[in-house]
Amino acid sequence: MIVTYAVLDGFDLGVGVVHLYVGRTEAERRMLLRSVGPVWDGNEVWLIAGGGALFFAFPKMYALAFSGFYLPLIMVLWLLIVRGISIEFRSHIESVVWHPFWDVAFSAASAMLAIFFGAALGNIVRGVPLSDSGYFFLPLFTDLTTSGQVGILDWFTILMGVSSLVALALHGALWVTLKTPGELRKRARQLADHVWWVMLAMTAVLLVVVPLVQPHLGARFPDEPWGVIFPATAATALLAIRWFNQRGRARAAFLASCAYIAGMLFSVAFGLYPYVLPSNLNPAESLTIYNSSTSDYGLEVGLAWFIPGILLAIGYFIFVYRSFAGEVRLDEEGY
Amino acid sequence: MEALTVHRIQFAFTVVFHYLFPQLTMGLALLIVAMKTLALHTGDEHYNHAARFWARIFAINFAIGVVTGIPMEFQFGTNWAGFSRYSGGIIGQTLAMEGVFSFFLESSFLGAFLFGEKRLGPRLHWLAAFLVFLGSWLSGFFIIATNAWMQHPVAYQPGPNGVLALKSFWGLMLNPWLGWQYLHNMIASVVTASVVMAALGAFYLLASRDQDYAKLFIRIGVTAGLIASALLIFPTGDEQGRNVADYQPVTLAAMEGLFKSAAGAPLAIIGQPDVQAETLDNPILVPRVLSFLTYRRWMAEVRGLDAFPRDTWPDNIPLLYYSYHIMVGLGTILVAVLALAEFLLWRGRLYDTPLMLWVLMLLAPFPYIATTAGWMTAELGRQPWLVYGLLRTAEGSSVAVSAGNAIFTLLGFAGMYSVLAVLFLFLVYLEVERGPEPETQAEPQAQTVA
Repeated sequence: MIVTYAVLDGFDLGVGVVHLYVGRTEAERRMLLRSVGPVWDGNEVWLIAGGGALFFAFPKMYALAFSGFYLPLIMVLWLLIVRGISIEFRSHIESVVWHPFWDVAFSAASAMLAIFFGAALGNIVRGVPLSDSGYFFLPLFTDLTTSGQVGILDWFTILMGVSSLVALALHGALWVTLKTPGELRKRARQLADHVWWVMLAMTAVLLVVVPLVQPHLGARFPDEPWGVIFPATAATALLAIRWFNQRGRARAAFLASCAYIAGMLFSVAFGLYPYVLPSNLNPAESLTIYNSSTSDYGLEVGLAWFIPGILLAIGYFIFVYRSFAGEVRLDEEGY
Repeated sequence: MEALTVHRIQFAFTVVFHYLFPQLTMGLALLIVAMKTLALHTGDEHYNHAARFWARIFAINFAIGVVTGIPMEFQFGTNWAGFSRYSGGIIGQTLAMEGVFSFFLESSFLGAFLFGEKRLGPRLHWLAAFLVFLGSWLSGFFIIATNAWMQHPVAYQPGPNGVLALKSFWGLMLNPWLGWQYLHNMIASVVTASVVMAALGAFYLLASRDQDYAKLFIRIGVTAGLIASALLIFPTGDEQGRNVADYQPVTLAAMEGLFKSAAGAPLAIIGQPDVQAETLDNPILVPRVLSFLTYRRWMAEVRGLDAFPRDTWPDNIPLLYYSYHIMVGLGTILVAVLALAEFLLWRGRLYDTPLMLWVLMLLAPFPYIATTAGWMTAELGRQPWLVYGLLRTAEGSSVAVSAGNAIFTLLGFAGMYSVLAVLFLFLVYLEVERGPEPETQAEPQAQTVA
């Protein structure tokens, strides 16, 4: 669920990140928004559905993590509000004051969200001060180190946030390359080309840094070598992005970017398993899939409706994406 | 201020604000389907133009409904961690089902409905409208299922570490509280949408513009509104009241301002509850009616607040009492006004009766107030419990989140929602000004992109 959200909402967040740079004229910016207009809302539903799935399957994780990450989570909610409103309301008024305002709001909120989501992942990887009382509360920042009294932001989570920003900017640029014509496409493709180098550097740094911050994460791979498939996928996909983008195969490049994001996230999930929220004080207090999940009956019931429900949802998605397939044109109707 | 109080104010504020928008969109979805159906059957393009106009209003409301709805789900975890941990195994199911079964449906086909009229053709476009309606009403179902479980918990069993686990999925879906509460709530949303539609029609007539559409809005709005508001009182409101009497008798006593148990209990129309003195001041009472409404016997014994231990009384009896009376009072007035309007419509005199048009126009805010008061009745009536009889509200909040942090976010929400409210009114005003008549000059289509 979370991975699907990252891949799908990732590209519309990414479009937001590159919006101001790639879209120079009013028509271009409108076209960028049109490329996400019919789908962003559906993409965001994956976040809600993911939150819901977390809620019923791991109520303890939901309760502890959400109250512990109180401030950043509420800020994420505010950013989601600003971003959703900018997409929806921008086109309602024709004015040279109104449009740039929402363009900046859209872009800034998207970029901040990309950073927040990366930082959130960083917090999960690093671990939080779970003690025997169960609850914890993280301040926004303390001394920016990754041990002891940590905050939401430290050097590691900031690094994760920036990596997420870069990855989603690349993802968004590739989506724009796929969905738009002309000058816009050219500019997005060039941007993707430049950002790719940054992404390569970031990935290399993360490979070194992550196992240092969370030793558990690297430890599982020697025992179960099949798990190497996830980082290997990510690495291959990263190279494939450049290969396809250089040759102008926009669809393949975008799909490679999806595979890269999914590969990275699965690598983290595989490495953390069975932890879902490690404790940085005492590993024994960590939340695992065993001690935070609901009853077996609840999980069975959940699976029984979840699988057909998701299949249905995928059906709608295919319908909508096909209905709006192809490059964005501005002469189409819309209310 | 105590942290618990801040958590409660924040949830109450964000949920009341949020629900101003879905209550219109859920009802409007039904009316849009009705207009699309009429368009298909009669071939009259007016219905399609009208549906497009309301779809624009719908889209603005829907956008605010979505962005203010996401915080609702997440606040269960952020502000009510104790509650989430305790009952997440049960209500997590219904909340996740809402995401999977209704939001995907609703959001996918709303996009198709708003952007795809030409690509889809009339029949598929009708289907898209219908699926948006279905999605929004399913969404209502899962939320009410969640609330019904909090009002009347069923189908649970104690799990490890003192938290609850689900015992029976169908027990949860067939909660006896759920059916009537769902119908009552959804029909109320039809009333909101109908009254708003009729009020806008009345405004256009009074402003001497868009007369054809104005009459169409009034016809649909008044008729649908009358049927729906009558259904709100009977049977759904009546049955809902009897559920309260059966499962939350202390709440019934507080709602009605009945401090002392009595056989042949009177119904209080007006009066101010004085909780210290345990009396109702300045009451206007109708003898024996409360007994009859509750038990269908004039002399039945109705238990007053004195029959229950004080620590099970709702903690804000006056506000609960007023909320309930405002809901019922406004509901009754709505039926009366709409019945009169329908009568004039039937006699063919409504469009030429400015006084009645003024009344209809000014009626618009009242369904919102009645619905909000109804939800306040439900939620204040559930106090002091968060999960009725099982978990007290004081045990449900996030202990890790201090009052200072909660006030910070409460102020943030207050500021942000004020901006949203201003934007909303402004944009709706623009749409109302623009009106349902399609623009005649061939302006570039892109300017009207949603």
